[in-house]
Amino acid sequence: MRNAPRTALALGSGIAAVTLLLGGCTTGADSGGSGGPVTQEQIDEALKTPTELTFWTWVPDIENEVALFEEKYPAIDVTVENVGQGLPHYQKLRSALEAGEGAPDVAQVEYQYIPSFVLTESLLDLSDYGGDDLAGDYVDWAWNQVSPGEEVWAVPQDVGPMGNLYREDILTQAGITEPPATWEEYATAARAVKDSTGSYISNLGATQAGQMIGFFWQKGLKPFGYDGEETVTIDVNSDEAKEVADYWTQLIQDDLVSTDVDFNDQWYQGLANGKYAGWLTAAWGPVFLQGTAESTSGLWRAAPLPQWSEGENVSGNWGGSADAVLATSENPIAAYELAKFINNDEESAMKLATEQFLFPPQQSVLDDPEFTDLESEFYGGQQVNQLFSEISETVDTEFQWLPFMDFAYSSYEETLGTVIAAKGDISAGLDEWQDALVGYAESQGFTVE
Amino acid sequence: MSESLTVSRPPTAAAPPRRRPSATKRKQNRAAYLFVLPFFVVFVAMLVVPLVYSGYLSLFESKLIGGEVFAGLNNYVRAFLDPGFLSGVGRMALFLVVQVPIMLGLALFFALALDSGRARASKAARLLIFMPYAVPAVVATLMWGYLYGPDFGPIAQVARALGLGTPDLLAGDTILGSMMNIVTWEFVGYNMIVMFAALRSIPTELYEAAEIDGASQLRVAWSIKIPAIRPAILLTVIFSIIGTFQLFNEPSLLNAIAPDAISSAFTPNYYAYNLAFINQDLNYAAALAFLLGVVIAVVSYVVQLGAQRGERRERNQS
Repeated sequence: MRNAPRTALALGSGIAAVTLLLGGCTTGADSGGSGGPVTQEQIDEALKTPTELTFWTWVPDIENEVALFEEKYPAIDVTVENVGQGLPHYQKLRSALEAGEGAPDVAQVEYQYIPSFVLTESLLDLSDYGGDDLAGDYVDWAWNQVSPGEEVWAVPQDVGPMGNLYREDILTQAGITEPPATWEEYATAARAVKDSTGSYISNLGATQAGQMIGFFWQKGLKPFGYDGEETVTIDVNSDEAKEVADYWTQLIQDDLVSTDVDFNDQWYQGLANGKYAGWLTAAWGPVFLQGTAESTSGLWRAAPLPQWSEGENVSGNWGGSADAVLATSENPIAAYELAKFINNDEESAMKLATEQFLFPPQQSVLDDPEFTDLESEFYGGQQVNQLFSEISETVDTEFQWLPFMDFAYSSYEETLGTVIAAKGDISAGLDEWQDALVGYAESQGFTVE
Repeated sequence: MSESLTVSRPPTAAAPPRRRPSATKRKQNRAAYLFVLPFFVVFVAMLVVPLVYSGYLSLFESKLIGGEVFAGLNNYVRAFLDPGFLSGVGRMALFLVVQVPIMLGLALFFALALDSGRARASKAARLLIFMPYAVPAVVATLMWGYLYGPDFGPIAQVARALGLGTPDLLAGDTILGSMMNIVTWEFVGYNMIVMFAALRSIPTELYEAAEIDGASQLRVAWSIKIPAIRPAILLTVIFSIIGTFQLFNEPSLLNAIAPDAISSAFTPNYYAYNLAFINQDLNYAAALAFLLGVVIAVVSYVVQLGAQRGERRERNQS
């Protein structure tokens, strides 16, 4: 059974090689060189040539998707390496790029870090390899994250449109039967919840830049901008940003929202034992929560984020990543095909969404009943995927990042983190953050607008 | 070693002034070099080469836009004006003058107590005190991080049960003390063993003499034991100075649970790491690392010099 396609493949590769050779003779100039678009023949050729690829990612069990790829293209051997999640991953990637060797062919990169790798010319422009053709397959805003201009820097893997997860039992106890639709209602609910149950309606992680930026995103802010060259825009302390900040300052100073550092044991326990009656999180949150607060299964519900004005329906994004091909890869065609296959092949993408629970940016998966109709026991039988699929369409498309988000996050911790933890004035913290960002950008030679 | 060799040499051999060492001697020398060679290979590869390289790196300035340019001593000048670096060094100086005396005082006390032979179960006690040192610093920090936790940490729970409220041991103004506690816990045993070993090598005749003179145990400890192990104590002081300025594990791990209390420049080493890997400013990080090395060398030298002077003065007096 398995031999037949292989023979066919071998035969095919022979023919392809011959056509390529013949083609090379006749067309000459335009088929060679690395600048121009890659032809289908070149792709076929590359996929039949025995090749070894290295893939750095921290997605658990991604070997399963890679196996599908290897099955389809037996000549290509992929080594999956997990060098750490988040920062350690990027640090190793940068060290390898700096050292000039040891970098993988394909690497997972979160959206907000793409510009910093573009800046150092470390990523391969995939538009020459057929990356452009993928544009229509993804929700717009996810596509804009990987392709802010003409170039295509990565293939989207997962996204984090934001929503509101809350404990129905605690809210009911406080007399709230519907999830708060506006931020104003949310504040009222926060007081009711605190007064009648002692729980905080949610926690605002003191150092969680991603969450705060997600709120900015929902508000339609453009705190960052990068033209791809030498000019950055930094505007984290705009009036609208301060509106968001003042809202949270108020809730925190009234002791209605806690400011514990998140993603540590302390916080997991708080989610499990009702210290927090909710969590404003991203689409990856529901499954994450399911794992950390198992004992509260069935008590949670999901809803869209509260809105700034009634009748509105917008959201922000928190997290999500893409697979990029590094410019140093010696097998760019095969590397791109791998990145594409994992996130674009129907079976592989569905596997990522339903087995690894990465929230998909692919329109086809988002529309697929196999995905959206899943009922989650943890959320009382609610179709959480359906909800987040809908939220996914309400995310503003034009959000941009700075080419130095590592610094932006760490200086957020330094400036705003301290302010939030001390229950201080978040708006004032934004000014400090703005200064730190501008100072750094200027010291690094950027023009700041 | 060599002195005793010269003494034991037969007097006949001393007649002509030997320019060339004997064949055996040469063979011994060669063997000696061979034995220290692996050390020097590693020393050069892992210490000298990186040191020279980072010294070289520190003379450049690299920007995300514009790339690398020769900067001379700019990075060093910048360090002297950098509040982050200076406050880190200051914080470590404070750490040094508070934590090191406490730690070494405790170590000395335990060493003397165990050496006096009066403590019961001294072997078990020795092991128990030493044990924390066997726990890797990373594990120790994670463990203490849990113990300090304000919600579920046992310290907070006990305090709450006693009606004392919840102490926040991971806040901005308490974290340095919490860190001192971790480091003390970790290294008391190690320093105690160094001192204890030195105590064991004191000739017992001295004690007998003291006993005949009617000296109390306290007097023996003060006038014989402590002066006799002065070199060992000095060694632990120097090691502690170096260790303090290099503090890295504790801030970098506690940062996960108390990010708002630990700034990226909390200790100079942690600052250099963050500069290199988060701000992507390798050159400035290299300059800081170099400066930190100089600070450590200077402080260690001053302490050593001071100790030697003190010793000399004492000898002159007696």
